[in-house]
Amino acid sequence: MKKIFALLMLTVLLASLVPCVSAVESGWEIDYSDSVDWNKFRDQGVTLNVYNWGEYISVDDGEEGAFDVNAAFEELTGIDVVYSNFASNEELYAKLKMGGSQYDIIIPSDYMISRMINEGMLNKLNYDNIPNFAYTNPQFVNPDYDPTNEYSVPYLWGIVGIIYNTTLVDAEDDVHTWDILWNEKYANNILMFSNSRDTFGIALKRLGNSFNTTDEEAIRAAAQSLIEQKPIVQAYVMDEIFDKMIGGEAALAPYYAGDAITMMADNPDLAFAVPAGGTNVFVDAMCIPKTAKNQEAAELYINFMCETLVALKNAEYVGYATPHTEAFTYLDEETQTSVTYPDDEILAISEAYIALPDATTALLDGLWTDILSTGESSPWVTPVFIVVCLALTFAINAFKRQKKKKTNF
Amino acid sequence: MNKHAKLAAFPYLLWMAVFIIVPLALIVVFAFTTTVTVDADGNILTAEEITEVQDAFYEEYGEDADIAELGLSEKTVFTLQNILDVSKYMNTLLNSIWLALIATVICLVLAYPVAYFISRLHFTKQKMMLMLAMLPMWMNFLLRTYAWMTILERNGLLNRLFALVGLGPFEMINTQGAVVLGMVYNYLPFMILPLYSVMTKIDSRTIEAAQDLGANRLTVIGRVVLPLSVPGISSGITMVFVPAVSTFIISRMLGGGTNMLIGDLIDLQFLGNAYNPNLGAAMSLVLMVFILLCMSITNSIDNEETEVSML
Amino acid sequence: MKLKSFSFSKLCTILIFVFLYAPIFVLIANSFNASKSRTVWTGFTLDWYSKLFNNETILTSLANSLLVALVAAVCATVLGTLAAIGIYNMKPITRRAVMSVTNLPNINPEIVTGVSLMLLFVGLNIEFGFTTLILSHIVFCVPYVILNVMPKLRQMNVSLCEAAMDLGCNQLQVFRKVIIPEITPGIITGFLMAFTYSIDDFVISYFTYGAKAQTLSITIFSMTRRKVSPEVNALSAIIFVVVLVILLIINILDIRKHKKEARR
Repeated sequence: MKKIFALLMLTVLLASLVPCVSAVESGWEIDYSDSVDWNKFRDQGVTLNVYNWGEYISVDDGEEGAFDVNAAFEELTGIDVVYSNFASNEELYAKLKMGGSQYDIIIPSDYMISRMINEGMLNKLNYDNIPNFAYTNPQFVNPDYDPTNEYSVPYLWGIVGIIYNTTLVDAEDDVHTWDILWNEKYANNILMFSNSRDTFGIALKRLGNSFNTTDEEAIRAAAQSLIEQKPIVQAYVMDEIFDKMIGGEAALAPYYAGDAITMMADNPDLAFAVPAGGTNVFVDAMCIPKTAKNQEAAELYINFMCETLVALKNAEYVGYATPHTEAFTYLDEETQTSVTYPDDEILAISEAYIALPDATTALLDGLWTDILSTGESSPWVTPVFIVVCLALTFAINAFKRQKKKKTNF
Repeated sequence: MNKHAKLAAFPYLLWMAVFIIVPLALIVVFAFTTTVTVDADGNILTAEEITEVQDAFYEEYGEDADIAELGLSEKTVFTLQNILDVSKYMNTLLNSIWLALIATVICLVLAYPVAYFISRLHFTKQKMMLMLAMLPMWMNFLLRTYAWMTILERNGLLNRLFALVGLGPFEMINTQGAVVLGMVYNYLPFMILPLYSVMTKIDSRTIEAAQDLGANRLTVIGRVVLPLSVPGISSGITMVFVPAVSTFIISRMLGGGTNMLIGDLIDLQFLGNAYNPNLGAAMSLVLMVFILLCMSITNSIDNEETEVSML
Repeated sequence: MKLKSFSFSKLCTILIFVFLYAPIFVLIANSFNASKSRTVWTGFTLDWYSKLFNNETILTSLANSLLVALVAAVCATVLGTLAAIGIYNMKPITRRAVMSVTNLPNINPEIVTGVSLMLLFVGLNIEFGFTTLILSHIVFCVPYVILNVMPKLRQMNVSLCEAAMDLGCNQLQVFRKVIIPEITPGIITGFLMAFTYSIDDFVISYFTYGAKAQTLSITIFSMTRRKVSPEVNALSAIIFVVVLVILLIINILDIRKHKKEARR
């Protein structure tokens, strides 16, 4: 009985902590555009499930000028935002495809958007509810992944490059090539993406192919080179990279330019290089999946994300490039000319991912599992295992027989 | 009591059917089926054929045409392919079993003296020590594993310590050794507990009697304590081995994704980067069968049920 | 000789306790570390503790964890107790069959149980959220309740029930006044085990949670992918101390009771 009292006490004690949470306030007095009725859903108990990449929105991190986007939206519209993260496009896809989850807003990348459009997983947007779409840089309107621009509103964009630690990488070595990720000198010092598309993209580009090749031989060759690379890879990571690169745990890693800038701010030894052989340019855009419960409220959220101040704060916090024309003009000059906004020269050698045919996607997924599962476990593991198993079984039986003998005495 | 008391179990039997039997049946169903695309006439199309048909369709009717008019639909059909595909990943399964086995043996070797020590203490001290051994389990296991990352990293606490005496740095994290360490750390209390609960039942007088009859220390351990603690050993082995062989977080956090275990592969197929629930179900099925086999082996060791309590 | 053997196992025990507590000390130390870095100590601070009480994400998920654990443990206790009574009265063959199915969710690797429940909920078209989380937690909690109640039923004297019947009790009264009091210790232990396991669970929650129902484990999981915020360290330090104190109190009370009985 005493145990239960003690536990109930614990429960009560912990539960009493919860009501202390006051609603987080954005702490900002802002004039939002009046093109839409922000109060339309106030006091109706509307909740929006937003599913976004990790560290991909401005939050209140205690720094000066911090702006909590979701809190501001809740304050302005009275809609509750339930915000959660995914780590890669493929993870997002799996979660949606599996079913049972009802997200209202998702922010996948270009190629995943076209795959989702093809598979009928997205709703068409009503752009009347998103007047702020007009701020979108024309360069990003009617993109290849959504040719008629019916499904998506660009959020942020960027390029992939190599982030490296200048104290760990030889100055003589050329970091402007994907080859350096295969350099055995840096064995156990290299991190790689833990998602199939980015990893295969690098391997394909290194071998002189397009990111979007459907040639099975080229893809298999890329898989082979990734298997060869595996022994010198320290870890396959996504968001874990921040901790590892900032802490000086690894020398080289391919990653997104915007995140590289964030890491460089925390560790001055880090630098970023764009491979001369070409790299990937990507756009992440806001979409509404078929499972969404409240399309109009979701569109209100998307419109809010395109408010100039919000777009600016997001771009500043996340460090990625914004497709928002107004927000761009408010950025300081240093950012505008930084690697976040690559020059035409780099853009000229950059290539976007496009949706691959189902057959190629299946091939990539299968090969990716193969790459990760081909361990270094030597072939003698199997015989040893079998011998141990047999020995154990014998020992058990022998023991039982002995025990029986004893009891029979 | 009487026959009507049986009825009390009725809601539970219903529950059991829906939440235990049906889910496992679903795994079997998923493992032996696959989703294919069929055309309007019911012919199964390969992925290449689908692309071909779609391309032809768009060419004929233009890019804006509604693809639904093509009449392709999805259908679930029986297949053995998933099970056959699993053999490709047998290496990973064997690797998981191997690492889990090492971890289990280490746990046994470490836990045995501890359990023995605690069980020979005075009653009040026994309770305290046991509580202290279980206390770490109350911390979230992800956090504890994360703390190991802090300790094992290249610039982590242990390497800093080594640096003070002029050693290292050593590569400790992202190795198989780190994964085994994570398993041992997380599941060691599961070994201590059952061992302790059988050892505490061994009467000190039994040991004293053996000593009086001239047995030395090793003989006492080998001929008296060890045989009497077999039920604890077998349930300890199960309680460590099963979670260790199927873990997917420890290997991801401490193994860096380069030392994949079967659990990681299953996760990869369901909620990870290579969506294929049918293959994932097949892997789960193989794992499940293997575990049930192991259980039947350990169960045969001790016929009496040993009950283990956490608190 | 006795001393010798003890000193060896004592040494082992001390070393293993150091091993068990090392990461926990790292965690607690980091909750007082002024730096956000995990490996560099820059000074003592209590900031993380005050920030913890303003961190909506962490506190909400803590509340979710407690809610799920409480509901799941209560349901599992009711369901499991009734089940145990029913199963106890079954024919041995049926009993054995039901018991082996009962044990399945806990014998099976957690990941398999998690995946199978996920497939079930998808199949039934239930949206992932509190419902799925609580249902799946009940699934793995019930066996603990049954396993704890069963032995108490076995220990119970059958003639007690018969005597009650003879004295004019109807079945419901027998159940309420005779059986339940006899098996209460088993029910309580079962409830506590269910509650603990539910709070602690990650793997099964990982496959059945929804955006609106994130437990503490899930929140910590998404943090470990990037960086665990020191507020979580502060929270776990608090939980650690609370649990330590509670267990100490329970133990001291137990020991006192034991001594009292011994004196008698």
